[in-house]
Amino acid sequence: MPTVIVDGQEIEIGADERLNCIEAARRAGVEIPHYCWHPGLSVVASCRMCLIQAGSRNPETGEVAMIPKLVPGCQTPVKDGTVIVTNSEAVKESRARVEEALLIDHPIDCPICDKAGECLLQDYHFEHGQSERRADIQPFHSRRRDVGPTVTLFVDRCIMCTRCVRFTREVSGTAELMVSARGAKEEIDTFPGFPLDNKLAGNVVDLCPVGALGDKDFLYQQRVWFLKKSENVCGGCSAGCSLVTEHNQDTVYRLKPRENPHVNKWWICDEGRYGWHHLHDESRLVTPGRRAADGFDDVEWADLITRLRDDLKAAGRLAVAVSPQLTVEEAWMLCALARSIDPEAFLALGYVPTTGDDESFPGGFTIRGEKAPNRRGVEAVLGMFGTAETDGKVPGWTDLLAQVQAGKVQAAWITAGHPTPETSWCDEETAAQFDSLDCLVVQDLFDSPLAARATWRLPAAGFAERSGTWVNCGQHAQCFEQAIRPPAGVWPEGRLYWNMLGRQGLYDPHGVRQQIAEGSATLAALAGNLPATGVDLRLQQLAAT
Amino acid sequence: MKPNDAGITWIEEKPLGLAERLYLPLFVQGLTTTSRHLVSKKNTVNFPEQRPTVGNPLIYRGVHRLNRDDDGRVKCVACFLCATACPAHCIDIVATESPWEDREKYPESFQIDELRCIFCGMCEEACPVDAIELTSLLDLTGKSREEMIFDKEKLLSVYDMTKDAEPMKSADLGGTL
Repeated sequence: MPTVIVDGQEIEIGADERLNCIEAARRAGVEIPHYCWHPGLSVVASCRMCLIQAGSRNPETGEVAMIPKLVPGCQTPVKDGTVIVTNSEAVKESRARVEEALLIDHPIDCPICDKAGECLLQDYHFEHGQSERRADIQPFHSRRRDVGPTVTLFVDRCIMCTRCVRFTREVSGTAELMVSARGAKEEIDTFPGFPLDNKLAGNVVDLCPVGALGDKDFLYQQRVWFLKKSENVCGGCSAGCSLVTEHNQDTVYRLKPRENPHVNKWWICDEGRYGWHHLHDESRLVTPGRRAADGFDDVEWADLITRLRDDLKAAGRLAVAVSPQLTVEEAWMLCALARSIDPEAFLALGYVPTTGDDESFPGGFTIRGEKAPNRRGVEAVLGMFGTAETDGKVPGWTDLLAQVQAGKVQAAWITAGHPTPETSWCDEETAAQFDSLDCLVVQDLFDSPLAARATWRLPAAGFAERSGTWVNCGQHAQCFEQAIRPPAGVWPEGRLYWNMLGRQGLYDPHGVRQQIAEGSATLAALAGNLPATGVDLRLQQLAAT
Repeated sequence: MKPNDAGITWIEEKPLGLAERLYLPLFVQGLTTTSRHLVSKKNTVNFPEQRPTVGNPLIYRGVHRLNRDDDGRVKCVACFLCATACPAHCIDIVATESPWEDREKYPESFQIDELRCIFCGMCEEACPVDAIELTSLLDLTGKSREEMIFDKEKLLSVYDMTKDAEPMKSADLGGTL
């Protein structure tokens, strides 16, 4: 095994691993400060913050020969016998000088900068900078210009790391950003008439190590130190990107990508990034209601548990649409519940919204056309309840509609929860097909032609308000916890099904998950505690065969 | 600790002497104290008819005010440092982009719950632009809880009211960003 010596500490790296000094030092627990280097982008070694001393040890004599100059850690690959020194006086002096040079041209307007609190310039200056300022420059006002519909640029806060420029060239492939002018006058800019307007544009804000690029959606909404972070999964499409939901007092303020090498690497698309506004939409359903002569009567959840079951039992044959927005745990409980009400209940996959084809970007990121996070998970659960046809397909929304049309069912429980406050997922024509039913239960985020016909209209929870597991289009399962509480009066689906199944105590997704893992070969990988980056269901399935 | 604990030493009360038993010397002693206070300088005032004098207004911690800059605009840049420093969580700010060319961010709304405030002065200390200050106004009254939540306009009016008597404490230190 190749051995690397970091500050006198020997660490072993994999034989085939190609690491640079920053990555190797990180293995040894040593953080080399850097601005321009990012694992997902090409190396330019322009910020000079990661300058370190490097050398190599002669394997035979054990003699160490150092390179006489400081070298950029990001651009220096390590091999067997590489010696890295990050804590010498020369390195410390170099870092302090780099920090000083960066701050000469910086407005130092931290009080009004949205990045303050998570700014690398602040952090590195605190750690590596010097306490005195030798230049007598007064703080000044940063120039600002919009570079695109969602992103704004504070020109003078920029430290010219060019991460954003490289992102648009290498990952989104749109190349809207460029560096204009040279030397002390160089600036990030767009080409005239070509604003930063692509589906991954928001990522440049996350990439920016300082406060130069700001997200207009988040600008001045909240200081970052007030935000609490929860690990979530995006429900925008079937890619299931790992997210961090940043929220305060049950209000989401922004979503950030969470690094996950198996799913989304370091990126998310803008659709997902801004796809949380529906959670706080005024028009959300917040009270469960039962049909009355005019509109709906509000019902207490405690009463609903028994009354809903009685209504469905009385109606006759039951059909259930299990929404691909539900988690695996919720889907399983809903199926179990349906079978406990009617042992012959017809279980089908709910409506799966689809818009066009998958869209891939040069950096390997793909936005899926299937706009639901958990179709694979729900299909696996439906398989557990014996609904799969001989060819492995499970009945879908059209099969359920056919059952209703043919008059084979008298009651239906439709779950949805699609984040579409403006245009409903279900049109008037489709909804009219349900007119013949005796009892129609609709569980959704927003009112729809279908919900208007419901006997029972139940509110649903949004993606950050539920906990459980979603399986993405690549059979990769990820667990997540509830980030915020749903609006007052809303029970997340899991809690309702848990109580309707007559289970005691609080809804326990972990316990349900263990039960599912035991009962299904497809979902066996969900047993135990899943890592934050999730598990690949196919690996377990391969191992089983 | 129990009464019979080994660490306790019990002592007897001294028996009364002749002077104590006579009672008169103590009586004279008490009257002397009373009459001395009758003629000495008084520290209390008949509030609210009379106003107490504040020793040093610069360090007195009374009602807050929001200072104005040279153009009469609110000096605050909505950095939330006062709200962050506040141990009583009584400051509520809504920030937005400023309508002015030379300023980037300003408070759309700025509220201080004076009932919740503990007048510790941390907000004043935290402010990077000397926008929030504690005045020497000490009689803070209101007829309802709502009235005691001071909004931006009210805090600015406190500044207008007190700016002549109490100039900004450090106008020359750091301007508005």
